[in-house]
Amino acid sequence: MKNDLNRLKDIATQVRRDVLRMVHAAQSGHPGGPLGCADLFTALYFEVMHHEPDPFNIDGVGEDLFFLSNGHLSAGWYSVLARSGYFSINELATFRNIDSRLQGHPATEEGLPGVRVASGSLGQGLSVACGAALTKKLNRDNHLVYCLMGDGEQQEGQIWEAAMFAAGRKIDNIIAIVDYNGQQIDGAVDDVMPLGDLAQKWRAFGWKVLEMNGNIMEDVLKVLQTAKDACGQKQPVAIMMHTEMGYGVDFMMGTHEWHGKPPNDEQFERAIANFKETLGDY
Amino acid sequence: MTNNLNVPSQISKKHSATIRNLHISTFTHLHIYILVQKEPNMKQYTFTEKKDTRSGFGLGLLDIGRNNPDVVALCADLTGSLNMTDFKKEFPDRFFQVGIAEANMMGIAAGLTIGGKIPYTGTFANFSTGRVYDQIRQSIAYSEKNVKICASHAGITLGEDGATHQMLEDIGMMRMLPNMTVIVPCDHNQTKAATIAVSKHTGPVYLRFGRPKVPNFTDPDAPFEIGKAILLSEGSDLTIFATGHMVWEALEAGKNLYQQGIHAEIINIHTIKPLDEKTILQSVAKTRCAVSAEEHQVNGGLGDTISQLLARNHPAPMELVAVNDRFGESGKPAELMKKYGLSATDIVQAALRVISRK
Repeated sequence: MKNDLNRLKDIATQVRRDVLRMVHAAQSGHPGGPLGCADLFTALYFEVMHHEPDPFNIDGVGEDLFFLSNGHLSAGWYSVLARSGYFSINELATFRNIDSRLQGHPATEEGLPGVRVASGSLGQGLSVACGAALTKKLNRDNHLVYCLMGDGEQQEGQIWEAAMFAAGRKIDNIIAIVDYNGQQIDGAVDDVMPLGDLAQKWRAFGWKVLEMNGNIMEDVLKVLQTAKDACGQKQPVAIMMHTEMGYGVDFMMGTHEWHGKPPNDEQFERAIANFKETLGDY
Repeated sequence: MTNNLNVPSQISKKHSATIRNLHISTFTHLHIYILVQKEPNMKQYTFTEKKDTRSGFGLGLLDIGRNNPDVVALCADLTGSLNMTDFKKEFPDRFFQVGIAEANMMGIAAGLTIGGKIPYTGTFANFSTGRVYDQIRQSIAYSEKNVKICASHAGITLGEDGATHQMLEDIGMMRMLPNMTVIVPCDHNQTKAATIAVSKHTGPVYLRFGRPKVPNFTDPDAPFEIGKAILLSEGSDLTIFATGHMVWEALEAGKNLYQQGIHAEIINIHTIKPLDEKTILQSVAKTRCAVSAEEHQVNGGLGDTISQLLARNHPAPMELVAVNDRFGESGKPAELMKKYGLSATDIVQAALRVISRK
């Protein structure tokens, strides 16, 4: 391991602090998802992926690539990009402001290092990841492509077009991760539009499916390693990553309420108290 | 309409429209005669065969595939219709059949650019645009991806399949997207040249072509310059701006008008975005009125684009030959062009109307 476990947990804690401070400062954004995915973001960018933050190269040849299909988790992704060296952590203070490179949803137009395609309109990231994976094969570049999607996002038809394609074309250098927190904007996923047996659906589409607890760093590292080991075997790999939306903040967990709502000052003070300033605030 | 082009130019001196346009109504007949003699003869275009523009695309794709190993192609179950079969045969590793899943195809194409590939997507125009507008908008245009969206069977000349497949709104949708280049070549040779040219342009491109066999009249060796309109025939009484299949119709209309003593300047606007504003404004400054001709809805297309340019820079009477805000129907291409007001005759009538408004 590049880092010891406690170091990774400390980074994830700081990412959660960053998320809360960014969303609170902007008084807009989506805190719930990135709080749930902070462990994954940290594991990928500080331990699992081979990547070169500076100078950032959008083509990413010789690097592992990450695509955030559920772009509304931008606050968490931006935090980990900054903390791993793609841009200054001070720029996190500009999140969602005018003239910022840190758009509400990730975009390439302002040239933010680390972002390779815009996302936000849901369902598109896995297709893009499949294309990037094909280019890696054409370029004989044996690095991997990761794609994070939401569970609510599984309701988009395009996801299943991409799922069918990746299995049908034996794209075995891609790892798709579903943030399975059971919540979406309008309520519980099972109420809004039940997904049924999601893991079984991915298996039926021809993917190797793994389960992971996305809020236990040890499990995240272990399952990501298993996923990497499963690549190169003529089959794409999907991880059902079980998380808690709003993880770490008692009043944000167990509800969909904090999917896309910023905390007010009082709520912010209560929430931020859950996370120590481990790396220093931006 | 007669095809007799050997009309002596003197005949024009009798035509009041020409006289009025030249502001020489107070001149003597002798003066008029001299001025009219200076009018150029209408340049004539001939063709030896009719060919479909989509086959020009197929040849262009094969050509650029041989010359640029980064070019890859994708298709959504219409390989034969798009004439991509030869590319697929010669470069099986660079051809991706995605099945009937156009949204996925657009996303994959965006992803293929990451690492340096130049993807050409191929399907019908309606599945290339309206069906996948948001995928193009977010993953390609906003993300500035070097994808070439190649759309066949555009317009009403798709024919018998009917309105579900007759895409007439695509130019409008695509030109509204920032970062997008929009190209509509006029014949087989020009489609081949455009297909090759877009590979050298970095950025998203929408390339529109069609199904029917139409006169193949442009020089096969003519270079294709994106954004540079082509002056086909000089004239001083009005300018006809045409795109795609309507360019040949515009030439036919020009012959007819010439026989009436009206000298139309005819310009092929093969690139709708970026628009060759300079050429258009210079021409209208001379002719003081314009007709646009396109196989597209009257809203959003070439006519709209030029109207906006003129309104902002050089207001002048303009008539738009296009489909008048309605869906198409089944029929033979020629029958549909006539019924939906897209024939050379319609351009002639629009020309007479616009001249009378000067």
